[in-house]
Amino acid sequence: MFREAASPDRSDVVLRAVDITKHYGATQALKGVNFEVHRGKVTVLFGENGAGKSTLMKIIAGVESPTSGHLELDGERIELSSPNQAVERGISIIHQELNLCPNMSVRDNIFIGRERRGLFGTVDYRGERKVVQRLMERLEEDIDPNTLVADLRIGQQQIVEIARALALDARILIMDEPTSALSAPEAEVLFKVIKDLTGNGVAIVYISHHLEEAIEISDHAVVFRDGELVATADAADIDLSWVVGKMVGRAAEYDFRDAERDRGDVALSIRNLKVVDATGEGRLAVNDVSLDVRYGEIVCLYGLMGAGRTELVEALAGRGGIASGRVELGGRDLSGTSIAERIDLGIGLVPEDRQRDGLVQSMSVGQNLSLSSLLELTRSFVVSSFISRGREAARIRDGISEVRVKTAGPAAPITSLSGGNQQKVVIGKMLLTGPKVLLLDEPTRGIDVGAKGEIFSLLFREARKGLAVLYVTSEIGEAITASHRIVVMSKGRVIREFDPRTASREEIMAASGESEVGIQPMGTASE
Amino acid sequence: MSELSQAAVKATAPRALRKINTRALMIEGRALLALLLIVVVFSLLSPNFLSADNLIVMTRHVAMNAILAIGMLLVILNGGIDLSVGSIVGLSGVIAGMLLEGLKLNSLDLFVYPAVWVVIVVSLGVGTLAGWVNGVVVTRLKVAPFIATLGMLYVARGIALLITNGTPFSKLNGQAGLGNTGFLTFLKSSPLGLPMPVWAMILFAVVFAVVLSKSPFGRWLYATGGNERAAELSGVPVKKVKTRIYVLSGLCAAAVGLLLTADLSSATPAAGEFFELNAIAAVVIGGAALSGGRGTIRGTLIGAFVIGFLVDGLVLVGVSQFWQQIIKGAVIIIAVALDQLQQTLQKRRSAKAALSPPKPSERMTAPV
Repeated sequence: MFREAASPDRSDVVLRAVDITKHYGATQALKGVNFEVHRGKVTVLFGENGAGKSTLMKIIAGVESPTSGHLELDGERIELSSPNQAVERGISIIHQELNLCPNMSVRDNIFIGRERRGLFGTVDYRGERKVVQRLMERLEEDIDPNTLVADLRIGQQQIVEIARALALDARILIMDEPTSALSAPEAEVLFKVIKDLTGNGVAIVYISHHLEEAIEISDHAVVFRDGELVATADAADIDLSWVVGKMVGRAAEYDFRDAERDRGDVALSIRNLKVVDATGEGRLAVNDVSLDVRYGEIVCLYGLMGAGRTELVEALAGRGGIASGRVELGGRDLSGTSIAERIDLGIGLVPEDRQRDGLVQSMSVGQNLSLSSLLELTRSFVVSSFISRGREAARIRDGISEVRVKTAGPAAPITSLSGGNQQKVVIGKMLLTGPKVLLLDEPTRGIDVGAKGEIFSLLFREARKGLAVLYVTSEIGEAITASHRIVVMSKGRVIREFDPRTASREEIMAASGESEVGIQPMGTASE
Repeated sequence: MSELSQAAVKATAPRALRKINTRALMIEGRALLALLLIVVVFSLLSPNFLSADNLIVMTRHVAMNAILAIGMLLVILNGGIDLSVGSIVGLSGVIAGMLLEGLKLNSLDLFVYPAVWVVIVVSLGVGTLAGWVNGVVVTRLKVAPFIATLGMLYVARGIALLITNGTPFSKLNGQAGLGNTGFLTFLKSSPLGLPMPVWAMILFAVVFAVVLSKSPFGRWLYATGGNERAAELSGVPVKKVKTRIYVLSGLCAAAVGLLLTADLSSATPAAGEFFELNAIAAVVIGGAALSGGRGTIRGTLIGAFVIGFLVDGLVLVGVSQFWQQIIKGAVIIIAVALDQLQQTLQKRRSAKAALSPPKPSERMTAPV
């Protein structure tokens, strides 16, 4: 493969990855990948989560080193042992996760680690400031360089992350999900910038979950599946169904619209709920929300990031203070109860951030599964304060088979599981407490399509047994295919409800206010 | 599907179990190796080292640090630290001494001589109370454990000094006529040839080992230390767990206070100074992570023996006190450095293992 590199007709290849493999512990993230990046072109990487796209990008950016294989820059073999070495060679990356110091200003973040030196080696703040202002103009964002990153909303933080990569004047710019927190107008600006960059010969590598958007801007498409590069094509030759077909490799579509619906009485009743924004400033994150969820019903909370959905479900679970309003679970007022008491009463949360809030990484699969129901597993007599090993093992076994966790066993470390299986453990943990209402915040984030389908079929199965489900999602397709009712939130309020069988994507997205968000200058300082 | 995964569970569970246990063993094994090395080296240098008498004397020294270390382990498992245990040792000893010498009630102009069991209960109670205050300051006032217990280190020591006015209580025998004898004879006795502190160590170790491995509280403790946010959302009473560990650490310290007072036949306000550091060292040498979530009673005991035998051995072969400090410090650092090295190696090894193609039986259970 790389012998071809010498041939002149392929001279527009700036970077080549040759036979790259990468292992994380027992997990094989990349299995011998050959990959090319072309000068002045946008190469788009498609693939489900965990397909290996981000891993390959981290290797190219010097963040990770490959287990075997190597990189070639302009036909020369290179070794990158740190991100700085990659930057020196003109490769920079916009990471999927935000890597900013919230306690520092926009300017400091953009120049972190490569501060401009002025007189006597001090930092040239004025020069840095000018560069930042120019970058912000280019990105059409009204952010003062001195603003603290903590004061920016997530979308703006992502802009800062993009600006930081642009400030490096890279020849190869990798963008890993750069638009995930951006509003539509902000994304448009980014695409303009990308066009601008490719015009100047910069090679762009682009990863996005918005398939349509990615197809639109791509010159070359590359599809990953299970750590292998399974297809390459010119953008002109492909369409959405081609990409999806290559990504999934099998028909894994799920659609529960026609699932039978046995609705019972009201399980969860929310009346005039108000929740104060945790970041302070007296803003209401949830503003006067009233909502009923019935037994056996699956309700989807759709909306943009920052619409107050997370705050709503966290308040329902007992985390964070409720400013006012009333929440009833099966007719019982929940005010003044702790998270633990609410779980006892039958309402639990599967949190948004699995790693941070969902799992105890130092414990095993089994210990994570039984964590919420230990008190029920104590011996019934003699020494009532000790866990019965037999009952715990049986409960864990039930849990593993019920939520279908693929694991080497209950004693395996939780970190040895894939994202989808970890999420099943978090869900299983809550199901083992025998809940009446299950709250889930972005339950399919970072999970491949197959696992998504499994998680939803699990939820629909439980719903048929009477479980009430309220889940948050930002994926419109998911909202339509996997719910009995869609509730759209925007800016802390419930805007409208939709029946997924009759509503259109456009209607729902319009109700969430997707098109107007970027215009609002929130938290942008104007000193 | 579920049958498949269940079958896989059954097939591979024992192997996974063994893997985890060997890992735990290796961490403790390293401390055990150090202990063995210490025993061999010192028994070569001094024929007395391995004599039964000396072993009992050394174990008696180890015992008090081990009890403190058990309390410290609970706190460290949670990701906290308790700097106040040394001062609580002093305080509870002084309380015992004060009660044994007789409590003067000024208003009634009479002396009260509580029975020995009352003395023990009250002293333990005072230490436990100090621990509870630590816990409340950490959980309710949200003061970092380091600061909260640093404060208690001064406060408890100050109270001990106030009570004694700087001079130790030394009339701890009690008088038969007053019915308060037996404190010293009980705590200095050696049932079945083992000194009381050793029995106390065994008692604490067994009780807490069972609590940690078998009770919901123990599991909650490991969970809060591993990921407090996840534990809280899972319904673990995080604050209750946290308060309780400081209470238990205070109780351990108070017990040591009583044992030390009896050992010295005197209750001095300076007793227990710097004990907290030895306790932390024992926990760390025993393989616990200061970030929380990892550590065992067994490892902590071994850690306490490593420190105790090392110090006593150095004394026995006549190494100067100054060198003792340097050697002790070096051992602590080497222990933790080895721990880090081992974890790095472990990661590398499992990566290497993954490089070899998986057997068909493993394929099915491999993460997807």
